[in-house]
Amino acid sequence: MFAFLVRRLGQAVIVMLVISILSFSIQDELGDPLRELVGQSVSEAVRNELREEMGLNDPFLVQYWRFLRNAVQGDLGTSYFFKRPALEVIMDKLPATIDLVVAATFWILAFSIPVGVFAAIRPNHLFSKLAMGFSIVGISVPVFLTAIFLIYLFAVELGWLPSYGRGDTLIMFGDWETSLMTIDGLTHLLLPSISLASVILPLFVRIIRSEMMEVLESEYVKFAWAKGLKKRRIWMLHAFKNTLLPVITVGGVQLGIMVSYTILTETVFQWPGMGFMFLEAINRVDTPLIVAYLIVVGLIFVITNTVVDIIYGLVNPTVKLTGQQ
Amino acid sequence: MKLPSTKFGIGILAALIIAAVGIAAFFGLRDAPPASSPGTTAALPSGAKTLNLAYDADPVSLDLHEQLSGGTLQFSHMVCDPLIRWNQDLGFDARVASSWKRRNDTTVRFNLRQGVKFHSGREMTAKDVKFTFDRLKESEDFKGIFANFAEARVIDDHTIDLITDGPYPLVEHTATYIFPLDSEFYTGTDERGRDKGGIIKHGDSFASANISCTGPYTVSAREQGVKVVFDRFADYWDTDSPGNVDRIVFTPIKENPTRVAALLSGDIDFAAPIPPTDLERIDSSDTVDLVTMSGTRIITFQLNQERKPEFADVRVRQAIVHAINNAGIVEKIMKNFGTAAAQQSPKGYLGYNPALKPRYDLQKAKALMTEAGHADGFTVTMMAPNNRYVNDAKIAEAVAGMLAKINIRVDLTTMPKAQYWPKYDERAADILMIGWHSDTEDSANFSEFLTMTPDEETGYGQYNSGNYSNAEVDRLVLDSAKQTDAAERAKMLQRVEQILHDEAAFVPLHWQDRAWAARKGVHIDKIVNVMNFPYLGDLVMD
Repeated sequence: MFAFLVRRLGQAVIVMLVISILSFSIQDELGDPLRELVGQSVSEAVRNELREEMGLNDPFLVQYWRFLRNAVQGDLGTSYFFKRPALEVIMDKLPATIDLVVAATFWILAFSIPVGVFAAIRPNHLFSKLAMGFSIVGISVPVFLTAIFLIYLFAVELGWLPSYGRGDTLIMFGDWETSLMTIDGLTHLLLPSISLASVILPLFVRIIRSEMMEVLESEYVKFAWAKGLKKRRIWMLHAFKNTLLPVITVGGVQLGIMVSYTILTETVFQWPGMGFMFLEAINRVDTPLIVAYLIVVGLIFVITNTVVDIIYGLVNPTVKLTGQQ
Repeated sequence: MKLPSTKFGIGILAALIIAAVGIAAFFGLRDAPPASSPGTTAALPSGAKTLNLAYDADPVSLDLHEQLSGGTLQFSHMVCDPLIRWNQDLGFDARVASSWKRRNDTTVRFNLRQGVKFHSGREMTAKDVKFTFDRLKESEDFKGIFANFAEARVIDDHTIDLITDGPYPLVEHTATYIFPLDSEFYTGTDERGRDKGGIIKHGDSFASANISCTGPYTVSAREQGVKVVFDRFADYWDTDSPGNVDRIVFTPIKENPTRVAALLSGDIDFAAPIPPTDLERIDSSDTVDLVTMSGTRIITFQLNQERKPEFADVRVRQAIVHAINNAGIVEKIMKNFGTAAAQQSPKGYLGYNPALKPRYDLQKAKALMTEAGHADGFTVTMMAPNNRYVNDAKIAEAVAGMLAKINIRVDLTTMPKAQYWPKYDERAADILMIGWHSDTEDSANFSEFLTMTPDEETGYGQYNSGNYSNAEVDRLVLDSAKQTDAAERAKMLQRVEQILHDEAAFVPLHWQDRAWAARKGVHIDKIVNVMNFPYLGDLVMD
């Protein structure tokens, strides 16, 4: 286990390095940050002076080396817009995004398992057919469309829920700001989390359904039937547990992908998280913030995948994390 | 099967979650302090009025002199007051200067109001105005506007002279940019050893996070890009102001549909800008009022004569202007949310030439092309931004389609503004789109940037990507900057528009309208203006 974690750490460092090189090398294509820092009537000569002052005219390798030297000391640069260390800005926005992801994960777990299992056990039931139909729609409709539709229906037409923002928050554990603990925060969270879940939930329903159907056809389940075990025990204990293995693998990857869907969801709902911040940073050509965000998200991917591998090991003891036989 | 270990793992996980929630519920529940500096928001007394405001962006900094942008000026009018300000009829109203008078060709004297208090409690004097003037002259963004000014001379505590290098007609226009700052507040160094008055573009400065001014509101909380809370300043000098809003909660909402939805659902009381696609919906709503005004930002295309020798021929340029149905673009694409243009200056500006009308005429355009020897046309490249102006990419597509009718084949590329401006600076295409709003609300500014001969030394023609050059235009614009007689000056600037029109120096499309919308009972119609700095200090809410 320890060796596994150390190896993962090494991999994480390599991933971070590759991401930093990639994000660093595309930054010139994103536009000119000086354009966003000065007014339109400021002359190119003045802009160039500022560029020189900020070291943006240095060759790529010089800039990258400077970045790496600072990064090793935990300094990923200073955001042009926020005028604060980029990492600090991201950490400020992280709790809002985590709230959203946690809430969306809750919807996914709460609905995908019962619906998926039911659809596998009773494939011809009307509800199963409806669920499968909806899941196709859910996968196909882009998240921002779902989000705008939900806003118009529940905020504008019906007026039941707030249309944007995060609402009241509470501070837990020192300085972790969360919306999960106040009524107002939860009502604000409802629409964004449903929108975010809407892209991934249908996928989970379909995976669970098809895996479960496959398992139900397997020899040991047939044997269990023959042995006269109770239905519930066969479905939940013997079939469902083995259904989970591929679901966990896909789920880990999807959790990471969910982070990227937060960019769209947060933007539509003006949710003050890091996805919204990232899109704004791109519009403003806030390159230090863009690079820092990509590195942090890369880290999140590495961590979720590591956690998934560990859970996989727990659920399926035949898998050895270290890869040794 | 080793079930126990799995169960054990899941059990631990569940226990952890329950414990976390429990601990949070037990210890953690306390109110979050509102964001970051400065200060914290106090509870308002009952009956206090709060306005929920949404624009598309919040100011990048609390330093008024860091960046010249619409956001900064909107913010300036909330927290500060200028010497004088524009009114809805494009005239000037006295603010912290109670009166002003031209004394000679180069001097305008401003008499300052007595008893004007800064947020710090100090009383404003001419010394503060001079401090602000000097700081503006040092700001990279603002010094261009003050280029013709020599100095601000303090006469006594409540009198100050603004002195220009030569005769200069736009002293009043420029005085609208002087929002006196608290000179003592910005003098010295802060606890981190930074000069409090320093203007820093990239990085943290004292002035970018702290402000003391004379305006109707103070900033009581700010989380950049998320929320700014403004509270009414108790000692505000303008006791005649009808404004009755005690607190403004300003949320920048970038996405048009979200901003409109927030307004329609009642989460926001006052929203701007309103995209053309939603005008009808908002206008027909029972709960929301729409206010529109014809705007002053001209949208144009420039024809690069250096890259494309064909454009040096005035007949080809005229043919292009005649081929483009800009009135049709305003009607179909802009949903009448604009005014078709035939010149740079909008109506109400000194240089506006009423004789010039849009000249769409396809037959004439074809004839001109034939006459110029290009009946078979040619191929050009065109670039336009896709998130800078209202419907910019759609307009570019429409124009490309219209040019096809006179056999000019357009290879169009549209891109986000962040990528567009570097391309614009490179003059990367034969036809480039640019919109311009005059910072001085004066006609000459358009020509200085868009149509005068490009000159690196003087900076004139900085955005003249067409390389159009006409010595008479240059001379008239420069002379107009020394002409203090308004009637004479109007003649010169109208002559400029006539020449640009006759030579088809550029392709005028339209002036973008402006739109604001508010919940009924929020009387924004009195406080909005074509410059788009709503005077929120005077806002009345039922």
